[in-house]
Amino acid sequence: MEGSVTLKALAGAGMPHRKIGEVILDVQNISLRFGGVKALTDISFDVREHEVRAIIGPNGAGKSSMLNCINGVYQPQQGAITFRGKTFKHMNSRQVAKMGVARTFQSLALFKGMSVLDNIMTGRNLRMKRNLLWQALRIGPAEREENEHRAVVERIIDFLEIQAWRKTPVGRLPYGLQKRVDLGRALAMEPQVLLLDEPMAGMNVEEKQDMCRFILDVNDEFGTTIVLIEHDMGVVMDISDRVVVLDYGKKIGDGTPDEVRANPEVIKAYLGTTH
Amino acid sequence: MGFFLETLIGGLMSGMLYSLIALGFVLIYKASGVFNFAQGAMVLFAALAMARFSEWLPSRLGIESKVLANVIAFALAFVVMIAVAWLIERLALSKLVNQEGITLLMATLGISYFLDGFGQTVFGSDIYKIDVGLPKDPIFLMESTFQGGVLVNKEDLYAALIAAALVALLTLFFQKTGTGRALRAVADDHQAAQSIGIPLNRIWVIVWSVAGFVALVAGIIWGSKLGVQFSLSLVALKALPVVILGGLTSVPGAIIGGLIIGVGEKLSEVYLGKYFGGGIEIWFAYALALVFLLVRPQGLFGEKIIDRV
Amino acid sequence: MLYRENGQFKTSYRADLQIFPIAQDRIAIVALLAVAFVVVPLVADQYYLRAILIPFLILSLAALGLNVLVGYCGQISLGTGAFMAVGAYAAYNFFIRVDGMPMLAAVLLGGLCATAVGVVFGIPSLRIKGLYLAVATLAAQFFVDWAFLRITWFTNDAPSGSVGVRNLSVFGLPIESPVQKYLFTLTVVVVFALLVKNLVRSAIGREWMAIRDMDVAAAVIGIRPVYAKLTAFAVSSFVVGVAGALWGFIYLGSWEPAAFSIDRSFQLLFMIIIGGLGSIMGSFFGAAFIVLLPIFLDQALPALGTAVGLRLDTAFVSHVTIMIFGALIVFFLIVEPHGIARLWSTGKEKLRLWPFPH
Repeated sequence: MEGSVTLKALAGAGMPHRKIGEVILDVQNISLRFGGVKALTDISFDVREHEVRAIIGPNGAGKSSMLNCINGVYQPQQGAITFRGKTFKHMNSRQVAKMGVARTFQSLALFKGMSVLDNIMTGRNLRMKRNLLWQALRIGPAEREENEHRAVVERIIDFLEIQAWRKTPVGRLPYGLQKRVDLGRALAMEPQVLLLDEPMAGMNVEEKQDMCRFILDVNDEFGTTIVLIEHDMGVVMDISDRVVVLDYGKKIGDGTPDEVRANPEVIKAYLGTTH
Repeated sequence: MGFFLETLIGGLMSGMLYSLIALGFVLIYKASGVFNFAQGAMVLFAALAMARFSEWLPSRLGIESKVLANVIAFALAFVVMIAVAWLIERLALSKLVNQEGITLLMATLGISYFLDGFGQTVFGSDIYKIDVGLPKDPIFLMESTFQGGVLVNKEDLYAALIAAALVALLTLFFQKTGTGRALRAVADDHQAAQSIGIPLNRIWVIVWSVAGFVALVAGIIWGSKLGVQFSLSLVALKALPVVILGGLTSVPGAIIGGLIIGVGEKLSEVYLGKYFGGGIEIWFAYALALVFLLVRPQGLFGEKIIDRV
Repeated sequence: MLYRENGQFKTSYRADLQIFPIAQDRIAIVALLAVAFVVVPLVADQYYLRAILIPFLILSLAALGLNVLVGYCGQISLGTGAFMAVGAYAAYNFFIRVDGMPMLAAVLLGGLCATAVGVVFGIPSLRIKGLYLAVATLAAQFFVDWAFLRITWFTNDAPSGSVGVRNLSVFGLPIESPVQKYLFTLTVVVVFALLVKNLVRSAIGREWMAIRDMDVAAAVIGIRPVYAKLTAFAVSSFVVGVAGALWGFIYLGSWEPAAFSIDRSFQLLFMIIIGGLGSIMGSFFGAAFIVLLPIFLDQALPALGTAVGLRLDTAFVSHVTIMIFGALIVFFLIVEPHGIARLWSTGKEKLRLWPFPH
């Protein structure tokens, strides 16, 4: 696809790719059911530190459900998830957040009533220590803490190039900018693992290039491990180190982009014949 | 034992009256997803209309027969309630279609205040009587089993029968007629119903009119028993726990919930009241509703509430 | 032209995060406070102080508390009257039963008792929301109604729960005359408004708003819904409880449970809806509107009546007042669901451009 070469160039231009480390997240035999509907069946894969892992598959394959399981939004009936050596059968959202896993949502779960700044500031909540009383008085330590975190958030705002809209209520922003705020909020948590649920959905080519740049910068500069759900094959093949393919809740492919591209199962289910 | 039965039956009867009011809530919620805080005010308004019309008609038009006067008054009151329904839909509901639940709730609260004030402005604020010929004498049941028999109010008995008939009528309406089906479609999903051509506005006028009719019947029965007075609108607040128990979307639930609350109130007041200094009728219904809210919020027969991510 | 931020550059986050970042706003608020603290006591007559300003201030405080819960945290409550009652009766008990208890301490302790009750009745909010939560809070209302009527310990064995207080003073200064009462109330309200404003613009405020806007996403960021909701109930009930104690002590002098009935709960809810949910200023706007409207109608309607040759009795006027009240609520909800506060901020936006059209 046109544009894909440029992405690679942007990514690889003069910057060394992070060295990929050990397994940081291990998903083992996860099965998830909603009543009679089987969303996920016996899914296992691992994610290595500092890599960009893509999860692809047709609509309804269970990709978002998978992320939801990692995040503790859904509780799988079977299976376990190991994060940095600690195994959990049931993830608790807050626990997961504290362990350093952040995510964005497919349908933008932004806090519509708050400004861009406040939305991203909520990402800093886990790190704010001063209690109610201090906050009510807003003097000394409480004020300092607020200002420190504001500084961090401003750096993220600079990084995502949304300075002009920092005080705007997010409900008023166009879709592409809202997506950036969603990413900003996740970044504010200074995560070790970033789960991105279709971060480029509904964007045009330029917006996609911007978003790719952000994602790759995050991976390069901070070493954040990225788990990415995406439909745009060009993007996936370009920026991911490894890919997992899901179809109807089952895993049908796992490997490097080239391996997956050549996998006949995957071709049959998803990529179709070459045009 | 006889006393227990009397209390029980008394509770069932008052429960039936709660059910009548709860029915109005359920109807409107089922069809428009709006929780109508104004139901109590509608009951009062309808009752006032009925009471005053049945007074004015004989004197103004010289109608001798009481029955005829009552029938005409009933018809007139029903027409008034339809007008009220139409006005509510045009002036308030249609403009608030896309707002969140709390806004609609507040709007019905505002409508409730409006109807309260309007009713008393137009119809006056004394206590009025409604006499539709419901016999008021008591009858004694089971005189052979219990000494002196169990006292049952004939009026309450008739009220129960009328309520049962009303429920049967409404159930038929919802299940068997085209309009009933359309109402159920609208309750499920406004936009989907609109997209297949169901006229939302007309449906809402119909629903609120039916609720108005139910309010009228409830108002007549309550008013006949207690006299038509302001406190009638406060009775509506009792009906809230009834719909919680029964389920906001269930007509049979409203009936059964009402009976449970009615019986529970009376029994707890008589048998437990002395430990608490009396007056627990005030909050018994709500305490029961609270338990249900924590354990089974959809009530006995309501649909499960699903929170989507 | 006058209301512009030109030239007002902020060079620190502290400056940017002030409550009133625009200089014109700061001047206006200082002027308002000066008028309120200095001019009004000198100029206003007893009637205005006693019958309009004091109830307005206390109800603003209660509305502020309710707004924290409903407007900022999105949890609906129809039991505010109950929490006011708890504040009032608890403060009464501390004042009467403990020798030498200062009034201010009693009021604050009353607020703390209201906090405890508020947290208990806030527990249902962890499982239910919306209409169902409203019914749960109504349970609080009716239960508390009954408790202060029938449990005579609370009311020092007073008949039908009516109690009264006398000889109020703060740090040795008597709080007897309308001017003294007004200044005391004003001070309390300003202090509380500042504290609450600080809370809503800090981390906890953002947590509340996050829960209001989307609680699933909030959980994923690490916000604990339990902590956020219960603190909202706690803070809200504290403020409402203090307002209740002030209502009893300062405004009424002697009261009974009916002063805090469900009508009060509805009244407060109307205030924050009309004034503006999720807005500190909105609470004040709403309280002003609801306090002034009946007074205005009380004067205007009979005058209107005489103008058209009708003599309107007080019962009629009160019914019409209720009617107009209800109609205005619906009107406001249709025309500006975000309340007077939104109208105000839209007006300020236009003022920034004035006299240019855009």
